[in-house]
Amino acid sequence: MATLREVRTRIRSVASTRRITKAMEMVAASKLRRAQQRVEQVRPYARKMDEMLSHLAAGSSDEIMHPFFEIRPVKRKTLVIVTSDRGLCGSFNANILRRAMQWIQANQGTAFEIVTVGKKGNDFFKRRPYPVVRFVGDWGGVLKYDKARALVSFLTERFSTGETDEIDILYTQFFSLVKYRVNEERYLPIAKPQVGEGGSASDYIFEPNPTDIYAALMPGYATTKLVTALADSFASEHGSRMIAMGAATKNAGEMIQTLTLDYNKARQAQITKELLEVVSGAEALKG
Amino acid sequence: MFRLSIVTPEKVLFDGEVKSLFVPGSEGYLGVLSHHAPLITALKPGKVEYREKSDRTAVLALGGGFMEVSGNKATILAEDVEFAEKIDLSAAEAEYNLQRSRIAAHAKGDTSVDVKAARAAMERAANRISIAKEQR
Repeated sequence: MATLREVRTRIRSVASTRRITKAMEMVAASKLRRAQQRVEQVRPYARKMDEMLSHLAAGSSDEIMHPFFEIRPVKRKTLVIVTSDRGLCGSFNANILRRAMQWIQANQGTAFEIVTVGKKGNDFFKRRPYPVVRFVGDWGGVLKYDKARALVSFLTERFSTGETDEIDILYTQFFSLVKYRVNEERYLPIAKPQVGEGGSASDYIFEPNPTDIYAALMPGYATTKLVTALADSFASEHGSRMIAMGAATKNAGEMIQTLTLDYNKARQAQITKELLEVVSGAEALKG
Repeated sequence: MFRLSIVTPEKVLFDGEVKSLFVPGSEGYLGVLSHHAPLITALKPGKVEYREKSDRTAVLALGGGFMEVSGNKATILAEDVEFAEKIDLSAAEAEYNLQRSRIAAHAKGDTSVDVKAARAAMERAANRISIAKEQR
């Protein structure tokens, strides 16, 4: 059994760790609230945009002419991986990166390149022999619409100029505090919108004409798609961290309890021992 | 009466019943009343005006976007739209001057300036300024 002093030191160190994890849990909780709001704010916009796009497709002729829809034979692919900038968020990054490796396995045959969002993903690929063509770090705090646009224009340009023929994005979709899922989505080319049922849609008036509306709408659509993915990932990261830190705090509490028990046992044992010594010393004198 | 919603990536700016709506369409300003024919249009920077049930009119500065009208419902999607009374006039003026100086720098040979973007931003700032002044 450990000595009294050792146990005491351990209790103290675990207690201070618990203070830290507790604080982190609380910080994550408040950040999560904001991130969650953001997810909820961007969703109506994304939904309306989807709607408009499908009406546009329904109303215009079969030939949807916008470069973002162009399906080419795939010579080169791009994978965008959204991870967090900071660690201590449970299995959040591990899950994403595991999926990323699966994607890479599945695409061994074709040339591919990687775009990382978040430092953790970049650190991961730094040590591996895959080409990272662009890295966006410190994105968490700056989840603004216009900041995301820089990345979007990089991706769309690469696609339009034929540098890459397909772009996939890996991110974590946020459902609720306890539910998130790694999601793999085709970013470009964009699937031609499904023509909704209800023939009346074809009566739409287009101003100036569908092609021009597409030209104006698609960059915004691409941005919205990315922003949604980022917002979801960000909320998931904080949710994940909050739960990981909550569990850590709880474990620290349990550990302190066992250690305290050990400490008390050791203390009692020592007292008993001392008592025994005194008593047997007295007995010896008597004899 | 028909339903109007103005949605931005940050929030739903307005969602309610209105009597009429006036927007800067890509082919010129257009008015929307109840039971308008289905329409999808791009919007230019300009002034958006709607009249609520109580006959209160609201004016917004729009930096471009899209509008869909269908089934007695109009939806405006915009990244940059603001109520006239909420416009920060000094910020808009600062933005205007900044973009102007950037365009001037480009004319002098500074190639780092994206003139097209700067022109568009200047136009949006000018639009905000004129709408804000008009309301005061």
